[in-house]
Amino acid sequence: MLSIRNLHARVGDKPILKGINLEINAGEVHAIMGPNGSGKSTLSSVLAGRDDYEVTDGEVIYMGQNLLDLEPEERAWAGVFLSFQYPVEIPGVKNIYLLKAALNAVREHRGLPELKAGEFLKLVREKLKVMQMDEAFLHRNVNEGFSGGEKKRNEILQMQLLEPTLALLDETDSGLDVDALRVVGEGINRMRAPDRSVLLVTHYQRLLDIVKPDFVHVLAHGEIKLSGDHTLAEKLEREGYEGIEAA
Amino acid sequence: MSQQEIDQLVDQDYKYGFVTDIESDTLPPGLNEDVIREISTRKGEPEWLLEWRLEAYAKWLQMTPPEWAHLEYPPIDFQSISYFSAPKKQGDGPKSLDEVDPALIETYNKLGIPLEEQKMLAGVAVDAVFDSVSVVTTFKEKLHEAGVVFCPLSEAVHSHPELVKKFLGSVVPQNDNYYAALNSAVFSDGSFVYIPKGVRCPMELSTYFRINQQNTGQFERTLIVAEEGSYVSYLEGCTAPQRDENQLHAAVVELVAETDAEIKYSTVQNWFAGDDEGKGGIYNFVTKRGECRGDRAKISWTQLETGSAITWKYPSCVLKGADSVGEFYSVAVAGKKQQADTGTKMIHIGPRTRSTIISKGISTARGQNAYRGLVKVLPGAVDARNFTQCDSLLIGDQCGAHTFPYVEAEEPSAQLEHEATTSKVSDDQLFYLRTRGMSEEDALNMVVNGFCKEVFQKLPMEFAVEAEALLGITLEGAVG
Repeated sequence: MLSIRNLHARVGDKPILKGINLEINAGEVHAIMGPNGSGKSTLSSVLAGRDDYEVTDGEVIYMGQNLLDLEPEERAWAGVFLSFQYPVEIPGVKNIYLLKAALNAVREHRGLPELKAGEFLKLVREKLKVMQMDEAFLHRNVNEGFSGGEKKRNEILQMQLLEPTLALLDETDSGLDVDALRVVGEGINRMRAPDRSVLLVTHYQRLLDIVKPDFVHVLAHGEIKLSGDHTLAEKLEREGYEGIEAA
Repeated sequence: MSQQEIDQLVDQDYKYGFVTDIESDTLPPGLNEDVIREISTRKGEPEWLLEWRLEAYAKWLQMTPPEWAHLEYPPIDFQSISYFSAPKKQGDGPKSLDEVDPALIETYNKLGIPLEEQKMLAGVAVDAVFDSVSVVTTFKEKLHEAGVVFCPLSEAVHSHPELVKKFLGSVVPQNDNYYAALNSAVFSDGSFVYIPKGVRCPMELSTYFRINQQNTGQFERTLIVAEEGSYVSYLEGCTAPQRDENQLHAAVVELVAETDAEIKYSTVQNWFAGDDEGKGGIYNFVTKRGECRGDRAKISWTQLETGSAITWKYPSCVLKGADSVGEFYSVAVAGKKQQADTGTKMIHIGPRTRSTIISKGISTARGQNAYRGLVKVLPGAVDARNFTQCDSLLIGDQCGAHTFPYVEAEEPSAQLEHEATTSKVSDDQLFYLRTRGMSEEDALNMVVNGFCKEVFQKLPMEFAVEAEALLGITLEGAVG
């Protein structure tokens, strides 16, 4: 599904990613862990198409096409979804309006008809329930005045609606209390499917207790230093990143 | 997103820049007493109105153009402008749509103004002002039954001279300001609305202004009188063809609201803004003022200003009656090399008078947008209240937003609040929405519409739809 080969990226003159190689097959959940500043968030941003980063070398093949050639919205249409570490506020725009516009934009490009208002509402209510969110959420402005936990739930709610093929979850566990962590984690688990892959960027192991990854990769200084199964995450939790960074 | 990309998105072509090929009866350029006499004669005006015009002209000659606005433009040569233009075949004015020149109807259709069936079903009466003469008035009959007068001002001069005489210039005096004085001397036509005591106007009243002739100024004058306990909602839309020269538009709007009366006045202004280098476009110098003369009277101005090379406009409320209310909701867009200096004046005279000002300024490309507002509370306006919110949105980094709020409170019990923000459409916002499948253009529209929502919600539903057509942007929330 996703093949990252020798990916290099920089911000200004500063190289951040220095040759990332990663293969993600359909149905797999990969966790990217690593210390602050290792390039974890940069990786998910580059994959989603943020133009603050300049790709200087390498390629990313997603479902047979060169992902880096696509605009951010084209990636969304092709089934890529990024859950933001810091979801952005859009004042004056109701959440329900964004959800509907996003869903219909993606549906249009998948050759599906626009959902009628009634159908949409039914669907969104179903997803709200999963995320244990109140319907009042729909009528608040996008992320405006949301608590950290509400913002993250809202991201996963969007993911549930958009049903991406490749979900990039950037530090979705940060800022969550224990209960919210469980809701968000289970929300992610529900999305696991044979035709869907997840790239989970996280600093801590706690989310991985709920969402068991198939693979764990440790990113440091812009390179994947170590890969393993979910037991690697537990090891890191005990021993920290120090040994790996030095490697 | 680069500046160039942003410019491309924002800078959509002016859709209404076509010229209608109609023979016009146009006076040669120039302004003097004879020209004013000629205008008056052609319109068959009574002597008192000619005298009124000449009086205004004499005052205008003594005045100088205002220079305090945050605007830059070369001096206007008032002798190079023609002060009267009418489509030729009009004669006394058509009695029905059938008599209107098909080319005119075609123009309105291009503008998306449904003069015909659909609009009638929607229940909107349209008084269309084409250059200077009002060409068609629909729905007169139904309004007549309700006792509402809605007709060209030139007609009202003959049909309701006592009303016109009583109210004309009573809110905006001849010498109020330079452009109001000019308008008083040469005003061509406009709408007259009279809502009798206790009548709720059965439909939204709508007028479209359009400047067609080259080198003509448009000087329309609108007068709306709402008697005790009456209500009217009035919609005004404006467009102009694309021309290289600058054209002058100096209008006057006067509103009178008596006891318990309410007037809602909405504008979508989409005059040609000039090109990217600031060539051409309308100079829009407009005086709009309403007086709440009676207790509990209410006047609301809602405006969406997207066009004109220069906008100089301050729709105001004079709150005389006790407990009267003034409102101003505005979205002003300045792109290209447009300059807007717009805002409002709220003059609190009566006790417990209240006013609300919500101003949203959007600047993009090399546009300069200034909010200028005055809240004045006179002694005796006990417990007067004002709330002002003034937000600016910047798109790109070559535009400007400026805020000039003036407050003069001479009544110690008055409570005044002022909030102001300036924000930029951020790359984060656009990227966020694009990752959700929105195109760059849709993402920008969504952010901008969110910013404007408080104001768009105040537009009548009918107009919100037309505003959408005129702007070519989606009105999030307000229409659905």
